[in-house]
Amino acid sequence: MLIGVIAIQGDVSEHVDALIRALEERGQSADIVTIKHKGIVPGCDALILPGGESTTLGRLLIREGIADEIRQLHLSGKPIMGTCAGLILLAKEGDEQVKKTHQHLLGIMDTTVNRNAFGRQRESFETELELPFLNSPYTAVFIRAPGIVGCGKDVTVLAKMDGKVIAAEQGNILALAFHPELTFDTRVHQYFLNKLF
Amino acid sequence: MELEKLRHGTELIKRGFAKMQKGGVIMDVTTPEQARIAEEAGAVAVMALQAVPADIRKAGGVARMADPQIIADIIDTVTIPVMAKARIGHFVEAEILQALGVDMVDESEVLTPADHKYHIEKTDFTVPFVCGARNLGEALRRMNEGAAMIRTKGEAGTGDVSEAVKHMKQIQGEIRALKGMTREEMVRIAREIEAPFELVLETAQMQRLPVVNFAAGGVATPADAALMMRLGADGVFVGSGIFKAEIPEKMAIAIVEAVNNYDNPEVLAKISKGIGAGMKGISVDTIPQDQVLQTRGW
Repeated sequence: MLIGVIAIQGDVSEHVDALIRALEERGQSADIVTIKHKGIVPGCDALILPGGESTTLGRLLIREGIADEIRQLHLSGKPIMGTCAGLILLAKEGDEQVKKTHQHLLGIMDTTVNRNAFGRQRESFETELELPFLNSPYTAVFIRAPGIVGCGKDVTVLAKMDGKVIAAEQGNILALAFHPELTFDTRVHQYFLNKLF
Repeated sequence: MELEKLRHGTELIKRGFAKMQKGGVIMDVTTPEQARIAEEAGAVAVMALQAVPADIRKAGGVARMADPQIIADIIDTVTIPVMAKARIGHFVEAEILQALGVDMVDESEVLTPADHKYHIEKTDFTVPFVCGARNLGEALRRMNEGAAMIRTKGEAGTGDVSEAVKHMKQIQGEIRALKGMTREEMVRIAREIEAPFELVLETAQMQRLPVVNFAAGGVATPADAALMMRLGADGVFVGSGIFKAEIPEKMAIAIVEAVNNYDNPEVLAKISKGIGAGMKGISVDTIPQDQVLQTRGW
């Protein structure tokens, strides 16, 4: 098993550490590879798009030729998880903010996103949420967080906050507006790994 | 869904913001147009300023927080985070920047210090702070005051990368030296470098600064940016290096790509071709002692 983490920019090492912890807890093993260039994604069995700046990530995914590889990986049904900026990149449509910067989206999830749905940094927050798919309270970290404001029929809403979708899946794709990689709670990574193992 | 209380401005939220910037380039801009160029090039954030450090250096006089109108216009223009500088110790400038909606405040030696004894008590703020440092002690003192991110000071506005290199190697060297030390040895080090013991211990265990550490101060070319990444920086601030270059648009893109390809000389060679001249710059040795910026702050 090979799990890729897109490493162009953002909190990559945090995702790698979270994966290592989650795999240890399961007693399962997988190789983890960080990806900055094309040619590696096609060999992955699962992929994570980390948090970061979606505008930057989107541009470099195209420039480095990785964007098309991710679309191909999705077509082959491999699990893909996007957190925060990753949730934006997975989307099909963006709001005004996304459009005005000609942001590149992967368009593999039938969602419309609002780039900074939860405000600027001063509005960023952590809070306890009831997340039914993890079946107990969960401390979620929202940093200049996006939200999903429109979903196609194949998208399952996993959690909402203030009327915006903050966790959703579509087949093997999992998108989260918050950062499971910034806390020691591995349940989200476990949920994702369940799609792989 | 049951909604619990939202906690803003916690250490996790502030340090988390800095983590989202890792592997990126933060560019100094003075107009909405420049901010757009930076965003288009792939900057992870912009630093909104009245003048870039090279011009601040040339102008002399007292350098203060930028005009809030300029900052507000830049905030309205881009979707990436906007940072701005406050004078060392000037907590009211920082409060104004926070009120404007700035995403991170740089308590910066590039501006004229407002307090020669104390830095801003940064834990009191919701907005995260980045601060400059030349050595481990300085970095940990800033963290103890609440800084969520550290940048090497280098020597801003020079286009001479040598001081940024010196400060990055200094910090890394001091961290390496902590490896294998006993508790009592670390207590002694903490006293020597005037930093809290707990932070010395945490740094020793992590074998890196406990917060994100960018390079800054003199980065002017793609090769400079790649050099700082090779030396272990989590990302790069480019001040005057972009908009004092011959072709800012090309320099901005090239530096962003250099940070993503810092370990590949062949790609770096390609990136560095045909992008015009870098900023002219001034060698650090020729700067009179009273015009050195890095010694501001303590």
